[in-house]
Amino acid sequence: MISLQHIERVFQVGDEEVHALRDVSMTAAGGEYIAIMGPSGSGKSSLLNILGLLDRPDSGSYELDGVKVSELDEKEQARIRRHKIGFVFQFFHLVPRLTAFDNIALPLMLAGMKQDERQERVTAALAAFGLANRAQHRPDQLSGGQRQRVAIARATIMQPSVILADEPTGNLDRNAGIEVVEILEELNHQGITLIIVTHDPELGKRARRQILMVDGRIEDDR
Amino acid sequence: MQIQDFFRYTFNGIRAQRLRSFLTALGIAVGIGAVVLLTSLGEGLHHFVLGEFTQFGTNLIAINPGKITTHGVSGALLSNVRPLTIEDSASLKQLPHILDVVSVVQGNGAIEAGTHQRRATIYGVDASAARVWKFGVAAGRFLPDDPPRSARSFVVLGSKVRKELFGNNQALGERIRIGGELFRVIGSMESKGQMLGFDLDDAVYIPAAKAMALFNRESLMEIDLLHSAGSSSSAVAEKVKKALQARHGKEDFTITTQEKMLEILGGVLNTLTIAVGALGGISLLVGGVGILTIMSITVNERTGEIGLLRAMGVERNQILVLFLGEAVILAAIGGLAGLVIGVGGSWLFSLIVPALPAHISWAYVASAELLAAFVGLLAGVLPARRAAGLHPVEALRAE
Ligand SMILES: Nc1ncnc2c1ncn2[C@@H]1O[C@H](COP(=O)(O)OP(=O)(O)O)[C@@H](O)[C@H]1O
Ligand SMILES: [Mg+2]
Repeated sequence: MISLQHIERVFQVGDEEVHALRDVSMTAAGGEYIAIMGPSGSGKSSLLNILGLLDRPDSGSYELDGVKVSELDEKEQARIRRHKIGFVFQFFHLVPRLTAFDNIALPLMLAGMKQDERQERVTAALAAFGLANRAQHRPDQLSGGQRQRVAIARATIMQPSVILADEPTGNLDRNAGIEVVEILEELNHQGITLIIVTHDPELGKRARRQILMVDGRIEDDR
Repeated sequence: MQIQDFFRYTFNGIRAQRLRSFLTALGIAVGIGAVVLLTSLGEGLHHFVLGEFTQFGTNLIAINPGKITTHGVSGALLSNVRPLTIEDSASLKQLPHILDVVSVVQGNGAIEAGTHQRRATIYGVDASAARVWKFGVAAGRFLPDDPPRSARSFVVLGSKVRKELFGNNQALGERIRIGGELFRVIGSMESKGQMLGFDLDDAVYIPAAKAMALFNRESLMEIDLLHSAGSSSSAVAEKVKKALQARHGKEDFTITTQEKMLEILGGVLNTLTIAVGALGGISLLVGGVGILTIMSITVNERTGEIGLLRAMGVERNQILVLFLGEAVILAAIGGLAGLVIGVGGSWLFSLIVPALPAHISWAYVASAELLAAFVGLLAGVLPARRAAGLHPVEALRAE
């Protein structure tokens, strides 16, 4: 359960103030599938960063699963990111020197899980995302679609309740893009809340709910 | 994060940039190598010099006429100074803890044996000199324990003088002339070598009273005392001073204990070792700057990765530790290589210059490795703090 109330985010650029988010309020129930759309510079990424606790609003409040997370300190926010939120990025953000296996295992490793316990979970994830025979490949030995699948496997390995994806298909060709979206939708079917930022109307239409942003405001929500 | 995972992750970062990591570690290796090599040489010199000084034993006290004041040697020039005499020497022998006493007079003179002649140092000493100075007899015996004032005209030859005057011929029992006087050879000494410029082998040893007569002196130039190993040098020196003051009426002599001298010398040599070590430390500093540079570049290159880690819920402090760890491990690897270079270099030096063996002090080696890690830590602080301070959103945008 997500609830944003009167969120403002202002960036100071030189003498000018850029309002990235203006009085944004929205709620999302667990298991929803939401597409955030709108022109470039309309505040989509800013909104997603706030939802993902990567950035703090200048004012307004954010409640996640009944906790006022906007009031938590950096340590506690990090803990929530670790356990509740999975990120998928346009540029994959895989660690180039690590194998697919190690990239997927990274969140488990950082959370302190022992190597033998990780093994089973990562192997299962590799199989589930059709990467079983790519386990020992490094990112530069994988196609774009495969890379994004590794990234999704990594984002879900901690079994988060929310997946935030910022233009996850923006760097993929059409087929690979559709494949990735289908994987994300399958995760949503299993109960994960899915919020995708996209400027592709085709993709946006697939979501059960679309939020249209214009100039930092929510223009439309249906 | 498990500790082995921490090492795996940081090692992975180091390995990913093989050449760069190698060169950076090399900088530290050269620094540590220099520190270890230079301190080893310093320590070697230390041991060598102290060895030179202690070859006469460590429980020695020397008494010289005249009081050394801050204005330099006084007394020796003043007529009211009572010189050191053979009687002084004999009286000191009675003090507790004093094992042996040597009266010393020294000078130069011509030594003649048949047609051979040589100028050498002439030491006027007592029978006890060989014991006190730990000086071995090669053939015959050392001077006998005659009454000091009526000692017989015997001479003991240093190894070089014996060789120059007699070659392979028998020297024992021969008569030689020293400053015109006849002396009978009763022994020759083992080679003792040079002692800070004094060649103890290019010398002859005759009774102190005979040397005084030869050089036309009334007094001794030095009295050496050997005290028992268990007694404290300074306590014995204090008793000697009281006794001699009572005889002379005032303090017109100078007492030097071997212990004190070694202490001062040891201090000087330690300072020297530390100074050359610090010299090596400068190259270590350069190595440290190398780590600082490379870690800054690494943090720049891995900004996207830092953003990712933050997004995955890694805290700022953990980021700090990860990058500090990488700097420390890089430096520690360089440090280990430096130890190999330094220890190997010292060993090689010992092979080439056996006279001055480098002495590897493992305490220095251990502190050199710790120093390397510490340099890594210091050099890593700035870049690691920058990494930890990055805003996750900014960092993620970097790619
Ligand atoms: N760190 C920042 N500093 C200054 N301006 C920013 C920053 N991040 C975003 N903005 C500005 O905020 C507005 C919204 O940006 P963003 O949320 O990235 O839009 P979108 O993702 O919809 O393209 C833009 O005008 C952008 O220039
Ligand atoms: Mg954007």
